[in-house]
Amino acid sequence: MAEVKKKGLNTNSNGYTLIYSTIIVVVVAFLLAFVFKALKPLQDINVALDKKKQLLYALNIRDISDAEAAQKYKDVVLADEIIDTKGNVVDKGEQGGEKAGFVLNSADYKAGRLALFVCKVDGQTKYIVPVYGMGLWGPINGFIALDADKNTVYGAYFNHEGETAGLGAEIKDNVKWQNLFKGKKVFAEGTRKVALSVVKKVDDPSTQVDAVTGATLTSNGVSDMLIEGLSKYLVFLTSK
Amino acid sequence: MSKLFSKENKEVFVNPLNLDNPIMVQVLGICSALAVTSQLKPAIVMGLAVTIITAFSNVIISLIRNTIPSRIRIIVQLVVVAALVTIVSQILKAFVYDVSVELSVYVGLIITNCILMGRLEAFAMMNKPWPSFLDGIGNGLGYAFILVLVGCIRELFGRGSLLGFQLIPESAYHAGYLNNGMMTMPAMALILLGCVIWLHRAYFYKEKK
Repeated sequence: MAEVKKKGLNTNSNGYTLIYSTIIVVVVAFLLAFVFKALKPLQDINVALDKKKQLLYALNIRDISDAEAAQKYKDVVLADEIIDTKGNVVDKGEQGGEKAGFVLNSADYKAGRLALFVCKVDGQTKYIVPVYGMGLWGPINGFIALDADKNTVYGAYFNHEGETAGLGAEIKDNVKWQNLFKGKKVFAEGTRKVALSVVKKVDDPSTQVDAVTGATLTSNGVSDMLIEGLSKYLVFLTSK
Repeated sequence: MSKLFSKENKEVFVNPLNLDNPIMVQVLGICSALAVTSQLKPAIVMGLAVTIITAFSNVIISLIRNTIPSRIRIIVQLVVVAALVTIVSQILKAFVYDVSVELSVYVGLIITNCILMGRLEAFAMMNKPWPSFLDGIGNGLGYAFILVLVGCIRELFGRGSLLGFQLIPESAYHAGYLNNGMMTMPAMALILLGCVIWLHRAYFYKEKK
């Protein structure tokens, strides 16, 4: 019966069009809100686990399952500190912490609340510094693990939201490229200015990394991100 | 059951795979075909995602086709597609996070895929749900098939690998073989796609005469 009645309506009248669009928008809005709310807790768990894995990748701990990653993170990370740009510790964080430095995002980072992960790998202290920047299509970020001298890069991991697969996305997918960062120095010999960068033509192999082929703009984004990001940590990095 | 797989329905499903292929004949969805085919894996994932979403948005639009005011039909179609894509991406994010990260930008690209709008407008608006579903699956697979083909060629010659596995041996590189960097560029995808369309037309249009 309902079908017959609908056919009887003038589906081209202004009133019908307005009511129809209102109903469809309200229905879709409620549907999306419901789906979003219902799935949020599950998604949050996934996002947190993914971040832990990324931190471990920066420490060159790759190829581990989800369950192992959660445990490994607890073992390796001694504290997720929050520091300010002057190098003062604002929040000490905790072992395997998920509440202090761990939850900071790019907005906190811009506001000068900086996360610093103090880690211990094979008995040696390592620091992980998160950096945020812009790629070609959207935000990119990275985790740079440094040795106890706060100068030598121990490992690096980069992530992106929308770079082109096979080109800009290589900053995340290409482990070989990320491994190029190992052993590079943040500062050039005898200076106190961040020199770690990504360039097309490497002049100084101690601080510069070769750019990704076909992804010049994304590579430039990584380079800007490293210089700007690590400069925020300058006081911490230069204090011994 | 016999009616479900009648001759007409079979044609609706089979035609887009070849003679009415969305990319080769209708020339729809070219932009995403260029963007995601630099490697095989994203090409496969994108092909499957488009197939599923085309099929279901076709069914939904077909179900409500008689109630849609014709002046805002494109907007209604877009709302349905966007809602569907958003829900799918949220579900992926909750249950298979790895895949959702893998898809990232492509999920958004699906909303703007011309094949979806084209099929909704040309088929689902005037056909019953079941043929619409078949049409969606057929067109999605027709699209996926071309993506996989181009993805294969580009990854093999651009990187010497398929699905990430190195196929061209190290010794070939030592002997002077070089990966073709052009293959990883979107421009080469356009040229390859042009060649595929050319071959397809040269072959099938001759038969018709």
